[in-house]
Amino acid sequence: MERKFIEYDFGRVDSERMRLNVGPQHPSTHGVLRLEIELEGEIVTDVIPHIGYLHRCFEKYCEQMQYPQVIPYIDRLDYIASMNNEWPFVMGVEKMMNIQVPERVEYIRVIFAELNRIANHQIAVATFGMDAGAFTPFLYLFRDREMILNLFEHTSGARLLYNYFWVGGLAHDVPPNFKDTALNIIKTVRATNEEVMRLLMGNKIFVERTVKVGILPADVAINFACSGPVLRGSGVEWDLRKAQPYSIYDRFDFNVCVGSNEIGVIGDSWNRNIVRMNEMEQSCRIIEQAIAQMPNEGDVREKFPKKVRPPKGEIYCSAENPKGELGFYLVADGGNKPFRLKSRPTSFVNLAVLPEICKGYMVADLILILGSIDIVLGEVDR
Amino acid sequence: MGNFVFDLIGKNIVAALVICIIPLVFILPYALIAILGELKIGAWMQDRVGPMRTGWKGVLQPVAEVVKLLQKEDITPTIANKPLFNLAPFIVFIGAFAAFAVLPFSEKFIPSGINLGLFFVFAVGSFAVIGIVMGGWASNNKYSLLGAMRSVAQIISYELPAGMVFLSIATIAGTLDMQTIILNQSGPIWNWYIFGGPQGGAIKFLFIPFFVILFIVYLISSLAETNRTPFDIPEGESEIVAGYHTEYSGMKFAMFFMAEYANMYVVSAIIVILFLGGWSSPFGTSFMDGPIWGIFWMVGKAFFFVFVQIWLRWTLPRLRVDQLMYLGWKVLLPLSIACFMAIAFLAMIN
Amino acid sequence: MVKYFKDILLGFWTIMVGMKITMDHLFQKKVTMQYPERFDPIDTGFMPDNSRNKLFVDIDDCNGCGGCERDCPVNCITVETVKTVPSDGPITIKSGAKRTLWVLKHEIDYSKCCFCSLCVESCATSAIFHTKEFDYSGYDRNELKHDFVSYSDEEKQKKLDNFVAYQIVKKQEDAAKKAADEAAKAAAAQITK
Ligand code: SF4
Ligand code: SF4
Repeated sequence: MERKFIEYDFGRVDSERMRLNVGPQHPSTHGVLRLEIELEGEIVTDVIPHIGYLHRCFEKYCEQMQYPQVIPYIDRLDYIASMNNEWPFVMGVEKMMNIQVPERVEYIRVIFAELNRIANHQIAVATFGMDAGAFTPFLYLFRDREMILNLFEHTSGARLLYNYFWVGGLAHDVPPNFKDTALNIIKTVRATNEEVMRLLMGNKIFVERTVKVGILPADVAINFACSGPVLRGSGVEWDLRKAQPYSIYDRFDFNVCVGSNEIGVIGDSWNRNIVRMNEMEQSCRIIEQAIAQMPNEGDVREKFPKKVRPPKGEIYCSAENPKGELGFYLVADGGNKPFRLKSRPTSFVNLAVLPEICKGYMVADLILILGSIDIVLGEVDR
Repeated sequence: MGNFVFDLIGKNIVAALVICIIPLVFILPYALIAILGELKIGAWMQDRVGPMRTGWKGVLQPVAEVVKLLQKEDITPTIANKPLFNLAPFIVFIGAFAAFAVLPFSEKFIPSGINLGLFFVFAVGSFAVIGIVMGGWASNNKYSLLGAMRSVAQIISYELPAGMVFLSIATIAGTLDMQTIILNQSGPIWNWYIFGGPQGGAIKFLFIPFFVILFIVYLISSLAETNRTPFDIPEGESEIVAGYHTEYSGMKFAMFFMAEYANMYVVSAIIVILFLGGWSSPFGTSFMDGPIWGIFWMVGKAFFFVFVQIWLRWTLPRLRVDQLMYLGWKVLLPLSIACFMAIAFLAMIN
Repeated sequence: MVKYFKDILLGFWTIMVGMKITMDHLFQKKVTMQYPERFDPIDTGFMPDNSRNKLFVDIDDCNGCGGCERDCPVNCITVETVKTVPSDGPITIKSGAKRTLWVLKHEIDYSKCCFCSLCVESCATSAIFHTKEFDYSGYDRNELKHDFVSYSDEEKQKKLDNFVAYQIVKKQEDAAKKAADEAAKAAAAQITK
């Protein structure tokens, strides 16, 4: 660190920039992230994220794992949205092995992925409010997330790391009261969202805190390869579910939510969050349609391959995770272990944009901008 | 205006000590109740049940917390400036405690009935800043320093609107003595200053909006002076960990804690005294009035405002430093000056 | 100027709205469940059937195939086996199939286990399964290793010895057989000569 001396210039004191370590044990870095920031008074002049505290050699490890064994590891990437994480990998292997999963499986996958999207956005909005100092919406949203997790637990047996989407099908069938529970969840989610809109998103203090903070212009967002609500908050209408519909997403009617100039400026923290709030509503719509169309009968395990051995080849398969595009580049050598599994982690890519957009704001804003990007350190560090 | 302790024991050193001790004896249980209230109300507002293990439904939780703090190791960072570091919590606490010297509890009891009560509260209120800066600087921690700097900026800028409120009340009451201000408002409920004060006639209704605005202005600035949400910027834990008391632990942390709760009572009491008739009963002088009921009304009304502070804390997000300054200088100060001028004018033509 | 007052009023109004919401919640029913007194993870009052908690191995049902060991992504299962010998008599596992392996050790290290359920999936005899027990802990990492085999050391040693002895016997038998075979072959050869 460079050392600067204060010069006494007869009444004028040159200010000194302060280097401050935010994290790794900071209350609001959302995990073990260390931000090295340079402050001029309260103004942030430089930010360097230091990552890797949670590095687990995910990609290398997967080369030692048989394909079904990779799935529990993938759960632990973005542990808030494990269902969504599993999907692109499973889909990629299925494509390589030419497995056409049954209709019912597709519908269940869509419903669970969307439920998990809701759960993820709930956490994102909740922790974002927490960063801004509002505790109460946090608890309301977590209370609802509990219902979703209960359904997941009932179905897959675990509350967080599901290991539920398997190559060729699903680990278990859904419980008998599944449809009612899901509809019930949607109802509660909508009610709470409406409340959170009034309590948090509409609050003048919160609006003042977040609008025009951390403005991410669309071109920068595209240049940094951002995806998900971060990109859509900047007004770019890009959602893999619409842009390259995978699975059965082309059957549903839903909108891609983008940021607007209505309250904030396109691309600011407020917009990123309102996109999340709106996406929850869209997910509710998708779930409703999926539940209406879903076939009642069918074995979710009938298409399980005897041995998961994709033929020699490579594939890049990606899906729209709650946080953005999660992709896996898979090279198979014909054996039962992947030759190479490269992941395109959403949070990692989105985090890269942080130094770009938080210069010139205050420390308090920096925390909010970080919160609005919605990262999970399990995915950043892998 | 009597002081019943002097009547009882006579004017001697024992009486003086008793008078000193009464507020202290009040603060400790009050702080426990307030902490419990904070825990429980916060929990209930969030659909939780809050602490449930210690005592019946967790009512002993604050006691347990205080005992925990007492038992904790008292750590002083090696590179901290020890004398200042150790002194700071006491100064903050003294700042809060000294204000109790002039807070009336009832008609018959006010520790020190000086006729500059409001001014005194105002003066010792800014005492806390010294302690906070001391603690923040002496901790030799960047977070503490940031918190302390924010705190100074905040408290100083919010003293101005608060001062304007005091001035307005002093103008209309013609005194800075708390007991006299309360006496002015005694009688039926519409004699309280928030309802226009004791003067009768149509002009009373002209006063009301200004007093209501002043009331809100003071409520907001009192939140800022006690570092409560939405103005808990000096200790905003999601940004600067714990602000100026990041490095404190054990008993010294408890002192900061206690000072915060004591301050909450002080500002609530002042709101009550200035606008809501202090210890006077809302039912007029005939019903539920008197020195003993006075204590009830005074403490009860003040507790309501403590509750409001807790309520706000669990509702609102935190402001940012520049918005805090904006609110203080560009909204509250002009509003309070305008109200002050209006009230002075109305008082003149009245 | 209008915006200035509008902002103030809006701020005031939204704060009031927020306060009303929290006030409503103050009197609402609470959702917290006090854990040891009341434990129903799911509204129905019991754990889901496929909940993935502590594992249990029914050693009488385990034929020692080692499938679980191979399929565990974190290598937390250790299976050690020894072949059965004819002198053990006709032994079967619970489900009726013939037992060819004695399981001498079937140890699961819960400190490593990630409760992925892949071992359960791979077990052909359903000997390994999840129980409903989830709250267990230990003071030492080694306390979390659980060996499901209940044989005493002597029994294990005996089984090993049996196997070794059988091995020797078998070797001799094989040798004798071989010798006999060879002798027969030689005799046959002689005859053909
Ligand atoms: S549940 Fe998974 S991690 Fe645990 S023992 Fe079975 S295979 Fe291994
Ligand atoms: S538990 Fe099942 S899979 Fe594991 S060794 Fe025994 S029989 Fe084989």
